[in-house]
Amino acid sequence: MPEASSQLAVSLWRGGEDGRYQTYGVPRRDNQTVLDVVTYVQRHIDPTLSYRFACRVGMCGSCAMTVNGRPRWTCRTHVAKVARSDRLEIGPLENLPVIKDLATDMQPFFEKWQQAKGVFAPSATRRDAIAQIQPDSPARIAADAGIECINCGVCYAACDTVRWNADYLGPAALNRAWTLFNDARDAGNSARMAAVAASGGCHSCHSHQSCQEHCPLSLNPTASIAGLKRRTALAYLKGELKA
Amino acid sequence: MNARLYVWQRATAAVMAPFVLVHIAVIFYATRAGLSAADILSRTHDSIAWAIFYSVFVAAVSLHASIGVRNVLAEWSPLGERQAGFLALALGLLLAALGFHAVFALVVA
Amino acid sequence: MKTRALGPRGSTLWIAAMIHRLSGLALAIFLPVHFFVLSLAFHGGARLEGFLRWTDQPLVKLSEVGLVFLLTVHLLGGVRVLVIENFDWHDGQKQLAMLAASVSAVVAFVFLVRVF
Repeated sequence: MPEASSQLAVSLWRGGEDGRYQTYGVPRRDNQTVLDVVTYVQRHIDPTLSYRFACRVGMCGSCAMTVNGRPRWTCRTHVAKVARSDRLEIGPLENLPVIKDLATDMQPFFEKWQQAKGVFAPSATRRDAIAQIQPDSPARIAADAGIECINCGVCYAACDTVRWNADYLGPAALNRAWTLFNDARDAGNSARMAAVAASGGCHSCHSHQSCQEHCPLSLNPTASIAGLKRRTALAYLKGELKA
Repeated sequence: MNARLYVWQRATAAVMAPFVLVHIAVIFYATRAGLSAADILSRTHDSIAWAIFYSVFVAAVSLHASIGVRNVLAEWSPLGERQAGFLALALGLLLAALGFHAVFALVVA
Repeated sequence: MKTRALGPRGSTLWIAAMIHRLSGLALAIFLPVHFFVLSLAFHGGARLEGFLRWTDQPLVKLSEVGLVFLLTVHLLGGVRVLVIENFDWHDGQKQLAMLAASVSAVVAFVFLVRVF
């Protein structure tokens, strides 16, 4: 490890919903990530600090926090990129209940994922032949555009429509629903259509594009939701949808 | 917001886009030498074209504004979706009543 | 209390959405007044004419400039949303939102020059 060049003043959220920020001094290092900083505090200053992480390489989607006011994946966010005059403010994700310190309760997020029918509904059994999917078909291209979501909840925390409307399914769940809409092997679209067209579904989106702006994988849930809007509006006009 | 309200709000928006363009043009034309009642009425009185134009405009805007205000109330006020819906319906009816009354005044009376 | 930082709020597209919403609300509040005034045209328009002379005040004219801006920006912002929702995705929404606001400002300014 290279020598610490200076000291970071790190404010961490401590406690539940009614907690407060507390400041810690953390030595600055080269190539240090925000998750490294949080881990340093827990290992060297206060072992009671609660936070969540797993893979440390941007795969698992469990370490998202609010860093200097913006939701970010902390394991792939370099301190050098976000620290302002050696200061960091790290809090739990917004729009989710705080369990303790930097850990939020992700349950509402995943429940909405289920509610949006963001679950693959198989149309074949293991005895059927493997489906032949053309990678360059328009549907597959649409599915591929949104498929890399790691469920980190950054878009959900960034979305003001989520904040204003407790029933809104949110960008991640709707993006997932859109990828499944375009999956030729999936058989769940009529239930999914009803789920995403109900109150709190895709039509609540105002295209603020905060989800796209903050997505660590540069996905565009706004575009996926626009696709859902088109599909459901068409279904409604054809009378295939009771709304 | 559900699919039905969405379709109505966006459809009225699409219908109104050219209407608003015409309306802005008329605003500029009408104010070329200051607004006057005689000037306005000379255009609209007994004009079937303006009667149809403004009637469609009033109908579309009543629906559009009503659904829009419903969403704003549901998101920004403590009212629930149902109460927001009732208030928005009241606004829509008010707009339609006042609007058609105004069109009647300009064209017929 | 947790400090609610500005976060995602304050970005160009967030402001564009806010302008769209607030202009829509303002127009919805203005419309009943607008319709009521036009109803004064009943019985020959003398009462309408009386009201229109009241609107010759500079402050009223200035608020009319504001209304022209609100109507134009709501139209252009709305068209931008309709295009997002109904056509294939196009990047550059920030620039389009800025363009919508700029065009609206120009239209309002031209109106301002005309009425004063």
